[in-house]
Amino acid sequence: MPEILFFTLVAAVAILSSILVVAMRNPINCALSLIMTFFCLATLYVMLDAPFMAAVQVIVYAGAIMVLIVFVIMLLNMRTETSKNYVHGVLVSCIVAVLTLFVISGFLKKSPLTGEPGLMTTDLVDKVGHTELIGRAMFSDFLLPFEITSILLLVAIVGSVILAKRKL
Amino acid sequence: MITLHHYLILSGILFSIGALGVLIRRNAIVIFMCVELMLNAVNLTFIAFSRYLGNIDGQIFVFFVMTVAAAEAAVGLALMIAFYKNRESIDVEDMNIMKL
Amino acid sequence: MFDNVWLIPLLPLIGFLVNGLFGKKIKNEAVIGGIGTLAIFGSFLVSCGILIQMIGTSPEHRVFEKVIFPWIHSGNFKADMAFLVDPLSVVMIMVVTGVGSLIHLYSIGYMHGEEGFYRFFAYLNLFCMSMLLLVLGNNLLVMFIGWEGVGLCSYLLIGYYFHKKSAGDAAKKAFVMNRVGDFGFLVGLFTLYWWLGSNQNIWTINFMELKQASHLLPYGGVVTVATLCFFVGATGKSAQIPLFTWLPDAMEGPTPVSALIHAATMVTAGVYMIGRMSFIFIKSPDTMMVIAVVGAATAIFAATIGTAQNDIKRVLAYSTVSQLGFMFLAMGTGAFAAGIFHLMTHAFFKACLFLGSGSVIHAMHYALHHAHSHDDAQDMRNMGGLRKAMPITFITFLVSTIAIAGIPGFSGFFSKDEILWQAFSNPYHGGLNMILWGIGAVAACFTAFYMFRLVFMTFYGDCRIQPKAKSHLHESPLVITIPLMVLGFLAAVGGYIGLPKLIGELFGGIPNYFELWLDPVFELAQEYGHTYAQVGGHHNVALEWGLMGGSVVIALVGITIAFTMYIKNTELPGKFTSTFPALHRAVYNKWYIDELYDFLFVNPCKAFGNFLWKGFDVLVVDGIVNGVAAVVKGWSGAFRYTATGYVHNYAFVMAAGTMAILGYYIFR
Repeated sequence: MPEILFFTLVAAVAILSSILVVAMRNPINCALSLIMTFFCLATLYVMLDAPFMAAVQVIVYAGAIMVLIVFVIMLLNMRTETSKNYVHGVLVSCIVAVLTLFVISGFLKKSPLTGEPGLMTTDLVDKVGHTELIGRAMFSDFLLPFEITSILLLVAIVGSVILAKRKL
Repeated sequence: MITLHHYLILSGILFSIGALGVLIRRNAIVIFMCVELMLNAVNLTFIAFSRYLGNIDGQIFVFFVMTVAAAEAAVGLALMIAFYKNRESIDVEDMNIMKL
Repeated sequence: MFDNVWLIPLLPLIGFLVNGLFGKKIKNEAVIGGIGTLAIFGSFLVSCGILIQMIGTSPEHRVFEKVIFPWIHSGNFKADMAFLVDPLSVVMIMVVTGVGSLIHLYSIGYMHGEEGFYRFFAYLNLFCMSMLLLVLGNNLLVMFIGWEGVGLCSYLLIGYYFHKKSAGDAAKKAFVMNRVGDFGFLVGLFTLYWWLGSNQNIWTINFMELKQASHLLPYGGVVTVATLCFFVGATGKSAQIPLFTWLPDAMEGPTPVSALIHAATMVTAGVYMIGRMSFIFIKSPDTMMVIAVVGAATAIFAATIGTAQNDIKRVLAYSTVSQLGFMFLAMGTGAFAAGIFHLMTHAFFKACLFLGSGSVIHAMHYALHHAHSHDDAQDMRNMGGLRKAMPITFITFLVSTIAIAGIPGFSGFFSKDEILWQAFSNPYHGGLNMILWGIGAVAACFTAFYMFRLVFMTFYGDCRIQPKAKSHLHESPLVITIPLMVLGFLAAVGGYIGLPKLIGELFGGIPNYFELWLDPVFELAQEYGHTYAQVGGHHNVALEWGLMGGSVVIALVGITIAFTMYIKNTELPGKFTSTFPALHRAVYNKWYIDELYDFLFVNPCKAFGNFLWKGFDVLVVDGIVNGVAAVVKGWSGAFRYTATGYVHNYAFVMAAGTMAILGYYIFR
């Protein structure tokens, strides 16, 4: 059972660090906790036979996006908020969060979670390589969404430049 | 043996924590990070399903989600900077211009 | 030239637009007046061209329709913006543009220095355009646009001095009374359209098509209903009993307006309308009788009131009402051509009289103003002996007065005598003819009396003006006297185009050109009339000569009475008044018609209006509105606490809601 033990360990770290994201006062601490969560998720991706996604998770999320966030936090020179860190209604919000969890688990319990098994097996991933599989799918079946994504990114670039400009 | 359910439960817990963070925090950047957390919880679900159903499409979706997240990060942070320039704050309590 | 008929209403419209939109900026009175006058004068030239071309065409080809653009085509209903050129409309456009041009010219002098000079000319042009639309329209709808347009312009021009309450009231009165008539017009239009459409499947409001379809109409019945409704419209516009009281009040407007609108053109719209649809009116003997009786009654009624008025313009106003009564009498007795003829001659001499009175008022006003006197410049009791100070005005005025009184040789005689003869000899009304003729003759006598009373009081006798003011009296400038001279000339000779047959035969068989001219228009009506005429027109030459002589004698009697009372023996009027105080008071107060209307219609309407205001509007309507508002306010007051404006609250509600919905689907 070392596998399940490892999974439990990683899951526990992920949950703990995500709680820290919500609970920490200093935004920098939050950001660091979030990076921790991302690493845990990357680990889980590897366990799920998706090494390429794990790499992307680390590079894009833990790398690029989080660097951007930390950079903005430092740019805005935010300090720990001593007084009110949370809005009112923490209790009610917790109830909603628990309700969310409840709904999700209810869904899992009710749904049979079955389906036609596809072609992508562990053997295939080992033989062909995950990156190649992703690449084949991406540039054949999902070519159009892929192209559209590029436009989305372009718009995001233009939009962020315009928004952050001092004077229009 | 780790089943699909393990991953899905973990994903649900992470999602709920992210939602809680969105609801209770006042700092816009922290809220933003919580949203990212929720997105990642969903990503985990995608990849878990992809693995257990033997279909690569889920992972492609994760790829797109990441792209959207990156775009969102760029625009969202730019918005925050713009707001901070005006108000000297990114506290969502100050974003109350819609109030009477 | 016929093709250019669209220019006729267009030119005044352009004048209206230019003066109305830019007049305030132009400021220069000569330019504004020039634009206005030239616009209508251009129309006059086009009208002349059309007249000349029409004289050159053979009588049976004198109908021409020009479609400007298709207007409303909806199912069976078809109305084009189209003009009809035929002998009748040519007569009308000649009168409107001709007299209109002169009055425009006159106004340049008369309105000199008035505030809103440009406004006046813009309205005048708009009025001319509407009137031309009215007379040129080839269907009832275009006619109705003009019909409403002249009503509107009348309102605007009566209320020209809008800062004066009496002017505003008079304008409102004219407008409301015209609305009553317009309602009748519309109901008549609908009745005719509906009946022809549903019974004969001829859906039309086009005059020429109506004319073709008119043989399908029955005698009496629905035609009586429709024509009576049309006649109500005519009474409103042409100031006949019972809708005549607005016209005397309309004298609150500037004098050129009275001359143009309330004497020469607009008030003749009703007469024109009956003439235009003569082939329908004649199909209802009852309506014809009503028209004749109302016309005769109005003629005598207004004439009696005219004898006791002291305001120079009011006398002329009642005279106008009375003369319009004559025209309706002619229409009602089937003498359509005579009615239109009187319309034309009346336009000449009445316009001249009004403009002459305007010239007098102008001079009086100037003199009194310089003498710092507050006497009324329009009151004849303040005048007298003006003939030396204002010779041109006096002569033209006298000529027109002779014309209206019916002295042989002047235009009014020919037309009025024709009407009286037709009233006596027409084959439609049987025993009523004698009464109609009698009333007409008495009214003619009164006309001669009050018109000469006016002349004597104004131009003859001792000068009753304060000595200080007397030296300031002077003749009006050329721009005023030229139109007077032209109109005076026309008033004198205008009648010769419609020489009665009897007189024409004396001079080697000169026909009645005017009647011949209009023959194609009224032919059909005469044809219909003969189907039920009682006696086939008994032409007794001796009788006609006798009646003609009689009407001359009657006019002379009226003049003599006026001469005795106001020149020879000036105490007589006073004695008369003290002998019959009640009669005088009643006549002076216009037979208390205004008071009667106030009592019968105006006050009940006001009371009802007050009830609706205080009872219905405030309690019910406002109550409902305020109640709804209060309920909404209460609820929104409760709900506004949910709209906090905080992002968190919205996010929270959204999350909770999403979860609730998802939960419902999962756990149900």
